[in-house]
Amino acid sequence: MLSASQLEGYIRQGLACDYIQVSGDDGIHFEAVIVSPAFEGKSMVQQHQLVYGTLGDRMRAEIHALSMKTYAPQKWQELKEMEK
Amino acid sequence: MDVQAQIKETVTSNPVVLYMKGSPKFPQCGFSNLATQILDACDAKYIAVDVLQDQAIREGIKQYANWPTIPQLYVKGEFIGGADIMRAMYENGELQTLLESAK
Repeated sequence: MLSASQLEGYIRQGLACDYIQVSGDDGIHFEAVIVSPAFEGKSMVQQHQLVYGTLGDRMRAEIHALSMKTYAPQKWQELKEMEK
Repeated sequence: MDVQAQIKETVTSNPVVLYMKGSPKFPQCGFSNLATQILDACDAKYIAVDVLQDQAIREGIKQYANWPTIPQLYVKGEFIGGADIMRAMYENGELQTLLESAK
């Protein structure tokens, strides 16, 4: 069964992440928060496509759902500031 | 007509199209359910395509937008996103504006 930490590993292999947190313990549904410089200047669709790209066929075969929030580093920093 | 042409025909001839699992009345997946609820909350008129009724569409739609999951929302022929993106756009008001422009 696929674990959240394995999934995190797959994403990290294909995408440079400043921050990543993956949760989900049923093996098929996962949630992720991902911050990557590669997201800079890209639309939300393009950002999610980058993440799906790191998972390739696993997205078809093993993973039923990956719910994600993606942020470019600057956007993430702004969010962090707002929480202070 | 092949599947890709069929999908193109559907999304360009209808202003708002949701590819989903099940129907708006009986969604077969939590994410498809969320997508229909968001569209209903926006008071949107949309065509729903149940991918569970057609295996060729179910696989073809993933290639069409280079997007491996369902639901998928299309407005005026353009791929908008899946459930996460719909929720984010609903929360910041972009989705309402977009759907209004498609009426």
